[in-house]
Amino acid sequence: MAIIEVDDLVKRYGDHTAVNGVSFAVEQGEIFGILGPNGAGKTTTVECVEGLRTPDGGAIRVCGIDPRRDTDELRQLLGAQLQESELPDKLKVGEAMELYSSFYRAPVDWRELIDALGLTDKLGTQFRRLSGGQKQRLSIALALVGNPKVAVLDELTTGLDPQARRDAWDLIEDIRDRGVTIVLVTHFMEEAERLCDRLAVIDSGRLVALDTPAGLVATVDDRQRIRFRPSAPIDHALLAALPEVTAVERAGGQLIVTGTGNLLLAVTTELARNEVVAGDLRVEQTSLDDAFVALTGRKIDA
Amino acid sequence: MSALSRLTATETTLFFREPMSVFFALAFPPILLVILGAIPAFREPDETLGGLRVIDLYAPIIVAMAIAMFAMNGLPQQFATYREKGILRRLRTTPVKPPVMLGAQLLMSTIMSVVTMLVVLAIGRLAFDVSLPSQVPAYLVAYLLSALAMFAIGLLVASLAPSGKSAGAIGSVLFFPVLFFAGLWAPRETMNDVLRTISDFTPLGAGVQALQDAATGHWPDLLHVAVMLGWTIVAGGLAARYFRWE
Repeated sequence: MAIIEVDDLVKRYGDHTAVNGVSFAVEQGEIFGILGPNGAGKTTTVECVEGLRTPDGGAIRVCGIDPRRDTDELRQLLGAQLQESELPDKLKVGEAMELYSSFYRAPVDWRELIDALGLTDKLGTQFRRLSGGQKQRLSIALALVGNPKVAVLDELTTGLDPQARRDAWDLIEDIRDRGVTIVLVTHFMEEAERLCDRLAVIDSGRLVALDTPAGLVATVDDRQRIRFRPSAPIDHALLAALPEVTAVERAGGQLIVTGTGNLLLAVTTELARNEVVAGDLRVEQTSLDDAFVALTGRKIDA
Repeated sequence: MSALSRLTATETTLFFREPMSVFFALAFPPILLVILGAIPAFREPDETLGGLRVIDLYAPIIVAMAIAMFAMNGLPQQFATYREKGILRRLRTTPVKPPVMLGAQLLMSTIMSVVTMLVVLAIGRLAFDVSLPSQVPAYLVAYLLSALAMFAIGLLVASLAPSGKSAGAIGSVLFFPVLFFAGLWAPRETMNDVLRTISDFTPLGAGVQALQDAATGHWPDLLHVAVMLGWTIVAGGLAARYFRWE
């Protein structure tokens, strides 16, 4: 059963339509990504889900609740981590956790949560003295302390260094394993590809695709390219005759074979039959980046 | 602990982590009273003041100043900074409602300014023989009305100011005229009729007179009660109307 349903959502700011007829459903227990370039309408969409903005059209249900009508109940069920949201400079980590857990009906044990997030030795540290990664982890802890069914994480890893970003990804998977459904807003391809069970691609306020990361790549193009250095000369025609192969080219000492389907198996089998070993073998697949360009006509960070 | 008491406790803790705010809000008013009381002439009864001493007039003025410190300097800057930094935005995603958030700020400011009032009254009584308010209920009513009016204005500044810095600046700019008409530089008794009439219609002009009346055993003048309630309703209403989370 869908835990979040968004149906034909429309949100305008003046004459600008930020979200224009977006629909999707998030299933319980999944990590659902909302991917798109800056200004695509991702944040506006999740702010409507969070009940922070009133839609101009369409319907939203979170655990069966209308976010604008039963906001009090929504606040108990949905934890939100917002972009650019701070805490008072001199508030200590432990104080923030105590404060935020006092807001909820049935909070989790915040000490255990802080421990899971690796902040136990920072309990007495003021917010202004935390690193970017620690602030983000605290932000996640505050979003989870009310024991929500859904957590919405908006641009969680923006501004983090690569190591902190990878730590955050592990953390998100841990949270999902606790049974929390996660909506992850991002403009990082790698993050979307690595974490999300399904992705909604939003561009200029419209939903342009909704699928698994692999499905998105496949719908765009399943072309693959194999590069290798053959240990002995091989007749190109033998490879070109395989049904999976569309082209064979030579580049210096390397062969580049392009094709579809189970290309790698077909090529390596043919090579083995001719007693040729493929050295420096590399398979290049269409990436989510390529899929994004095909779907929207531009690169995500352009 | 409930959200309100936890928020109030947290705000109080944060207040005590800002030494400058603590000094100006809590220590400065009693220090000013001591300085004024140290001037011998201010301790002599004055016929033109109806036999009162200057220091007797200053006790309620300094109590009012303590309110203004919180209402004009503390509250607007704190609230606008919270908005600017997205602290209010984050709170909005939790079950805490705006009245609880506002309530915690007001409760903290009220408790702290009451403490300052008690210290000022105690120093006045012990060091300079200023009589304690003889109409305690009237004094408390006058105090509460003054505080409400000032806090409402402070919240209005917080609602309108675009940033924490500008809220602090607007608060400081308002602080001086408000305290001028409260009599900080020249007590109301020494003002001419025009100034005193203007003062009657300012929140702390009315407030100081109501405190002074209660100190000498009278209930506040209806005009002053109406002025303070008027400021509370108008400024408080506008503050609620223009309140923004972000």
